[in-house]
Amino acid sequence: MFAPNGSVRAPYARVEKWLENLGNEVIERALRESEARFRRQGITFAVYGDDKASERLIPFDIVPRIFSATEWRRLSAGIEQRVRAMNAFLHDLYHRQEILRAGRIPYDVIIQNEAFVPEMVGVNPVKGIYAHVMGIDIVRVNENEFYVLEDNCRTPSGVSYMLEDREAMMFLFPELFAQQRVAPVENYPAMLRKTLDSVAPSTTKNEPTVVLLTPGIHNSAFFEHAFLADEMGVELCEGDDLFVSDGWLYMRTTQMPRRVDVVYRRIDDAYLDPLAFRPDSNLGVPGIFDVYRAGHVTLVNAPGTGVADDKSIYTYMPDIIRFYTGEKPLLNNVPTWRCSDASDLKYVLEHLAELVVKEVHGSGGYGMLVGPTSSKAEIESFRAKIKARPTNYIAQPTLALSAVPTFTQSGIAARHVDLRPFVLSGDRIRITPGGLTRVALKEGSLVVNSSQGGGTKDTWVLED
Amino acid sequence: MLGRTAASLYWMSRYVERAENMARLLEVGYRISLMPGAIEGHRDEWRSTLTSAACEHSYTEKHGDIDGAKVIHFLLFDESNSSSVKSCLKTARNNARAVRTALTRDVWESLNSTWNELAHIEPENITSDRLPEFLEWIKQHAMGFRGALLGTMLRTDNYYFSQLGNFIERADNTARILDVKYFILLPRPSDVGSDLDMQQWAQVLRSVSAHRAYRWFYKDSHYKPWLVSEFLILKEEMPRSLLFTYNWINLALDGLGELYGSRYACHEIARETHRRLKNGDMEQIFQDGLHEFLQEFMAANNNLSQSIATTYNFP
Repeated sequence: MFAPNGSVRAPYARVEKWLENLGNEVIERALRESEARFRRQGITFAVYGDDKASERLIPFDIVPRIFSATEWRRLSAGIEQRVRAMNAFLHDLYHRQEILRAGRIPYDVIIQNEAFVPEMVGVNPVKGIYAHVMGIDIVRVNENEFYVLEDNCRTPSGVSYMLEDREAMMFLFPELFAQQRVAPVENYPAMLRKTLDSVAPSTTKNEPTVVLLTPGIHNSAFFEHAFLADEMGVELCEGDDLFVSDGWLYMRTTQMPRRVDVVYRRIDDAYLDPLAFRPDSNLGVPGIFDVYRAGHVTLVNAPGTGVADDKSIYTYMPDIIRFYTGEKPLLNNVPTWRCSDASDLKYVLEHLAELVVKEVHGSGGYGMLVGPTSSKAEIESFRAKIKARPTNYIAQPTLALSAVPTFTQSGIAARHVDLRPFVLSGDRIRITPGGLTRVALKEGSLVVNSSQGGGTKDTWVLED
Repeated sequence: MLGRTAASLYWMSRYVERAENMARLLEVGYRISLMPGAIEGHRDEWRSTLTSAACEHSYTEKHGDIDGAKVIHFLLFDESNSSSVKSCLKTARNNARAVRTALTRDVWESLNSTWNELAHIEPENITSDRLPEFLEWIKQHAMGFRGALLGTMLRTDNYYFSQLGNFIERADNTARILDVKYFILLPRPSDVGSDLDMQQWAQVLRSVSAHRAYRWFYKDSHYKPWLVSEFLILKEEMPRSLLFTYNWINLALDGLGELYGSRYACHEIARETHRRLKNGDMEQIFQDGLHEFLQEFMAANNNLSQSIATTYNFP
């Protein structure tokens, strides 16, 4: 919110005034109201391995995070470029593998990657798109510089919080929206539906039948699955509700079986089809992968997209963008050391106290080391883990993440944030203005994951 | 509509109805336990509460001896008992969560807020003196749920499947309560029962909230056992009678038949049960045996439930 010289940056001018006049009482009442609202509607997420609090609310902060139209245009151009490159990269990996032949990425990084799905080789997804729904985690390190922290192209979640945070803000502080023009986010489900319709297989007759496939009510993101299915007007299915017959996919209804054309699946590759992948999975649909290969159904995202958001691939993203677009990357990566590389590993082990170390396949903020805030003992035990399996880790500098005013127990204070914009690829690329801002609620903390006590904020893109 | 959606709607309603019925049964048990004359019969009353709730076996397996406080806890909060109020509301809410897309916001929020409030209630705080208030709370919330359902749901298959669950459960409940007490309801030569008999009959009526309605309906403040049976089996004016529930079950099945353009075996099963009730004659039922009649009814009702599940592809 503040420029380095301490002045309030232009997009925040009005909100700063509003905040100044906002009493703590009003804030506390608003927080209570919003919490009651979320509870009543059941907007919760589940925390694994925590029986007592198996349904929690994600803390919601009332101070919005704001981008000007110009900032957003720059950001979204970079995002679009990255997403195009990512889809071209995936198509190449599962076809001619030009990028490997050209020696830009070592074969091993791909072939030995657990997220690479050999069964996808030669499969041609509709319109050549693999990652239809992506969430790209971005941090701002200074006024003009954004870094991409992570690409999520398996089954990114959080979009329902983006939508509900906006609903909550409009309900609690309608006057703010009267004062300035904030780009709407509410049409995300409609855009998602359009995207899904646009990648229906050519065998589809009439209107495509779309379903959302969920692992069920015990999944941490179940609320979001139900929410999106509802908003899009499509059936919310579990694996049991779908079956394969004579090479086509159907759902079991109270009447005749109904053919399904597009599956927006929110279950991981490994669980998708016990006949093709993990045989012990009872979440998926036996035979669905064959139907997919035959081009009789579209899976969104395509199986095997995970290879592109792997943290070991991440380090190659700038090359990937140059290779497929011929352009200079508009968004930078965070400088990253690969522990698989001997000289990088040496540097990392020597500088553990300054670095953030992550597992290559980890997510949700689990299994990482934040050097500056860790004790000596924690650092040493992590050192042992890295030494035991260096290929499993990457390291990054601790960044001076931008901070945004946030309501805390001791009043309004600065807290670190990141941003996850949501990107849809189908007949065209659609980016919702804004996205999900996650905020580290602990003072000084850089970990924004909801499973680690992070909260969310409404994110505004102001219109010119 | 997905078969699973239909199943979830059906079970959601069934479990809310069961939670409400459990509260009524406990209300009766609690009243009896307060009666001075009933000290001796005390244990039997809790046993009969357990039997009416179809929980006697699972209770004795867990606790052995009948103890009032343990029975209450078992029927209200014990999550290992799938028919406890807590389990019922949990199952109902889980089903509702799974089919949120098929529910109106009012229906979902009614069930969700019930669950959230229940999560804050400590079983230790529901001591004997606070029990009536808590039972009232359960009934109020179950009725709030049904009100939301009746008042906001479109009359399409979503609604029909919820209604089927509700009334099949209610039919089962009323029949079971009557069956547990059938021996005290048999007509006897003498027209007037003892005080103890009166108490027992009143208790049957109370467990379906019908003791006042009985007096209005028969314009008589003296309960007569055969009229109690008639009231709860054959009188369609009485909203927890078997005939009443089958009127509603038929309406819902007709609705589905019309919507989907086909009728199946389940329609026939329901029609047949309905016909028997509609043309039923209390004297005949007593002659053929009340117990046998109720047993057959419960079997047919259960058969209907299974037939609906098969016909509409419940998973």
